[in-house]
Amino acid sequence: MSSEVRAKTKIQKERSAKSKVKKKKRNGDPFSGWRENLAGWLFIAPMLIGTSILVLFPMVSSLALSFTDWNFVSGYAEAAFVGLDNFVTLFNNNVFLQSLRNNFVVLIAIPITLIFSLGIAVIINKYIFFKDLFKVIFFMPFISSVVAVAVVFRVLFHPSEGPINQFLMTIGIDNPPGWIADTTYALPSVMIIMIWTSIGFNLIIYLAGLQNIPKELYEAAQIDGASAWYQFTKITIPLVSPTTFLLFVTGIISSFKIFDLIIVLTNGGPANSTNIPVVYLYQQAFLELKTGYSSAIALVMFVIILVITYIQFVGQKKWVNY
Amino acid sequence: MTESFDFRKLAMTIIMTIIGILFMAPFIWMISSSLKVEEDVLTFPIQWIPQTWNAVENYREVWTGSMPFLLLYWNSIKVTVLTTITSVFVSALAAYGFAKINFKGRDVVFLIVLATFMIPPQTLLVTQFLLYRWFGLYDTHTGLILLNSFSVFGTFMLRQFYLGVSNEIIESARMDGAGHFRIFLSIALPLVRPAIATYAILRFIWTWNDFQYPLIFLRSEELYTIQLGVQSFADEHGSIYSLMMAASVSAIIPLLIIFIIGQKQVIEGIQLGGVKG
Repeated sequence: MSSEVRAKTKIQKERSAKSKVKKKKRNGDPFSGWRENLAGWLFIAPMLIGTSILVLFPMVSSLALSFTDWNFVSGYAEAAFVGLDNFVTLFNNNVFLQSLRNNFVVLIAIPITLIFSLGIAVIINKYIFFKDLFKVIFFMPFISSVVAVAVVFRVLFHPSEGPINQFLMTIGIDNPPGWIADTTYALPSVMIIMIWTSIGFNLIIYLAGLQNIPKELYEAAQIDGASAWYQFTKITIPLVSPTTFLLFVTGIISSFKIFDLIIVLTNGGPANSTNIPVVYLYQQAFLELKTGYSSAIALVMFVIILVITYIQFVGQKKWVNY
Repeated sequence: MTESFDFRKLAMTIIMTIIGILFMAPFIWMISSSLKVEEDVLTFPIQWIPQTWNAVENYREVWTGSMPFLLLYWNSIKVTVLTTITSVFVSALAAYGFAKINFKGRDVVFLIVLATFMIPPQTLLVTQFLLYRWFGLYDTHTGLILLNSFSVFGTFMLRQFYLGVSNEIIESARMDGAGHFRIFLSIALPLVRPAIATYAILRFIWTWNDFQYPLIFLRSEELYTIQLGVQSFADEHGSIYSLMMAASVSAIIPLLIIFIIGQKQVIEGIQLGGVKG
């Protein structure tokens, strides 16, 4: 289409839009026009202004900062444009690459959480007394302060004196793992705590998903003599797949946010074995004071999450089966 | 319906009770350790019921010692309550606007606001920090409150509820000459009260547990919230486990009480939103 034609259609569109507005007014709708517009904008104003200042503006300026070499203490005059240097440095930095790798390893915790959560949800939904009490029990770690939980596990996981290793030694394991003090076991320790704290959330969502499965399906299966296991694999799992998918994606996105847990539990150590991009971002921005560089990290994380969200958008139709 | 007592269900309940107790073990251990003398914390086998009680001394040290929890509590309560009120009000206003007022540009703005939900908050920390230093909001409670006050989740959730409120009620009130703000306050708000309660409880829990924003946006110890306090307490008394556990209990308990009171709202709210804090 030539630009001229495009301009014409644009004008036409505008005209028709205007005439629509006119028609509306002529129809005499008492609740339209500038008063209604003003009221609408006033109602959303606080939210819109807040979001613009605290989210949209930082987003845009973060983009700009990621191309600079700058330390915020030195004042704005010192900011130097360095093009893509920050990104080149970032992808050649071993700590960052390791933190990305760690974040992907952490994702293993998600399917494990989902399996536990679905199992517990099915049991609570159908095969148990005192449902509400059990919901509360499994949900408690999720609403507890992550900081306090991390402090508790710091002691529980203590390599020589901690209750967990003392227990392992009494049952005959002479060389129990060093947990958060050991570079091999530190990340698995973080994952254990992640699983423990997120079962409650996943369980609650699964319970909501299970409510939506029509009871007739199970009744029909029972009449046909299907075993509980058969019902679980052939009815429950396929029919909760939308929930599983949702939880999988929220799990991935929230794995980028296990900041609190890691800061209090290990501070990214030992030897960066539990460092993840968010923690690295925090260290570079607020401890090393590399403002430009840390904005580049933020941008990379933002792109990764955008890609995941996009995959979710597309995948929802493809992978969810019922 | 089964005619006789369901023994399979009973057996399952017993098994799940055991799993539940194991699941709760870290909490039980935490509470029990906070009541002991330091020497007994790491004895094995674990003394689940303290042999030598030291509860009063432990908690007194935590509440009135070098990092006084009394002050931390006050700061946390202040920040959490004000955040919850502001956030609920801002979200309810915007939700009403998006759901019940027909104004130009509404749908576009709604989409933009909704899209910001996908931005991970951590990626904004650096520029928010710079912004706060500009505005003089760094190291203030006001700044901290504002950070959690503009919730897309809250707006979205309450909008869903407003959409369920029939237009006829609102239109007939408008015919009687009531303005939108009066309708909002006296008709719409009371109608979605359960949704407001759910969101308020969720926001309370999230703000109370928030660690990241206080860590980055507060510097003065006298402004610390409870989560920051627990962390610096743990750094300071890292080797005195009974005190650390007493601090952790102090940080968790008020929330557990709120959760147990409002458990129905919390669970339904989370199911509705399908979103993590």
